[in-house]
Amino acid sequence: MIRFDHVHKEYPRVGLALNDVSFEIQKGEFVFLTGHSGAGKSTILRLIHMADWPTSGEVRVSGFSSETIRRREIAILRRKVSFIFQDFRLLPDRTAAENVAFALEVTGAHRSVIHSKVNRLLAQVGLSTKAGAYPNELSGGERQRVAVARALANDPIILLADEPTGNLDERATRGVFELLRDINAAGMAVLFATHDLELVRANPHIRVLELEHGRLIRDSAKERA
Amino acid sequence: MLPYALREALNSFRRAPLLVGLSAGMIALSLFVVGLFGIAAYNVDHVLRRVEERVEIVAYLRDNARANAIELARNEIAMYPEVLDVVYISREQALEIARQELGELHSMVVELDVNPLPASLEVRLQPGLRDARAVRDVADRIAAYPIVEEVLYGQDWLDKIFLLRRIAGAAAGVLGGAFAVVAALIIGAAVRMAIFARRDEITIMRLVGATESFVQGPFLIEGLLTGLLGGLIALPALFITYRALSDSVFALEWMPDLWILGGILGGGLVGLLASLLAVHRHLRAI
Repeated sequence: MIRFDHVHKEYPRVGLALNDVSFEIQKGEFVFLTGHSGAGKSTILRLIHMADWPTSGEVRVSGFSSETIRRREIAILRRKVSFIFQDFRLLPDRTAAENVAFALEVTGAHRSVIHSKVNRLLAQVGLSTKAGAYPNELSGGERQRVAVARALANDPIILLADEPTGNLDERATRGVFELLRDINAAGMAVLFATHDLELVRANPHIRVLELEHGRLIRDSAKERA
Repeated sequence: MLPYALREALNSFRRAPLLVGLSAGMIALSLFVVGLFGIAAYNVDHVLRRVEERVEIVAYLRDNARANAIELARNEIAMYPEVLDVVYISREQALEIARQELGELHSMVVELDVNPLPASLEVRLQPGLRDARAVRDVADRIAAYPIVEEVLYGQDWLDKIFLLRRIAGAAAGVLGGAFAVVAALIIGAAVRMAIFARRDEITIMRLVGATESFVQGPFLIEGLLTGLLGGLIALPALFITYRALSDSVFALEWMPDLWILGGILGGGLVGLLASLLAVHRHLRAI
């Protein structure tokens, strides 16, 4: 479903961000992506989202290749591969429900289905009672749940999470993590980038990809094999 | 998709009414200027068409021209593709016409012992072939006949009217173009501000998989509507000016509907192109 094949990524001023990275993630997997900041975690997520292109090597995501994908297809890819961030990226002038509805509106969903779908998504992330609240009226954990609901709006098959618990306290972190586990249990692949080693250690059965200075230095799946 | 794009475009009108007003006003001003010169060009054209119907080339013949040479020349000239007809006016006929046209002054002519008027060939050209160049061309060919003493065709005023038409057309083009560029720059600035005001939304639209045409739609519609609005403002302003000029200075013809439609659509097109440029320049940076 996701496949990196000898991927190098070099930025003009920063230099080498990824150095010969190869890995594969299967349908429905839950994978931690770890490493210090600057190790290349966000670069990998951006490459999967086709927001950036490898300098050499190939990235394949859900049937699309970084070498052949056309501009128009990127929008289609992104409905299958959704993204949540450390800073939530919610629109401050819209309520929780409107933020979720926005993802449906701008991808051309019909008005009649938006309302019921938004309610269902907010219920799924446990925020039915906060539908009318604006982001600044919500806690960090609740904001991230809204972001998750928005990410699920277009029924993706992969969820990319870039330090989604980085701004959250321990309890909210656990809550969001459990929410992502539930979503994964329903069949969606989750790639969870984090430098929270405690969270990683507390879940030893979850596959870990570890990066250092742009190199993939550990893939726990291979150790087990 | 359209309702969303239209809604967002109208939202952006609400968010920055001054800027949108300024853009539309500028488009209106440029279309107004184009319209004024358009009216001028149309009216000069109108006058010209009427004058052209009367355009004649008169070839005065030498007194010693023989009748068969005149007849030959007349037949040849009548065969020119540009020529509608050729009429021979003898010296006697010329005198008669002069008497009639001179009215009270005819006694001066009557009392003359000799007829001072030459015979002539009056040549009328085909409609559509009466522009200055065709007239001059035919006149030059007629002047080449040995029997022809002098050719008159009012080249001075003909040249002036054609020049006037060209000036009106060029002024409409240059001034209208200059104003349109300023209008386009203002629309570009308005769209740029709208893009920056909505950059968080644009980021998220792309994040969740909105197509690029969906992202660009509202901005393009904003430009198009601003341009059309400018056209709709310019139209009544132009009509009022036209009426005032027509009532106080001299009677003018109003432009054909097709020109008006073209003007309004032209405004929309300038708006659309300006926002297209702005979108391509600034959306990429987000």
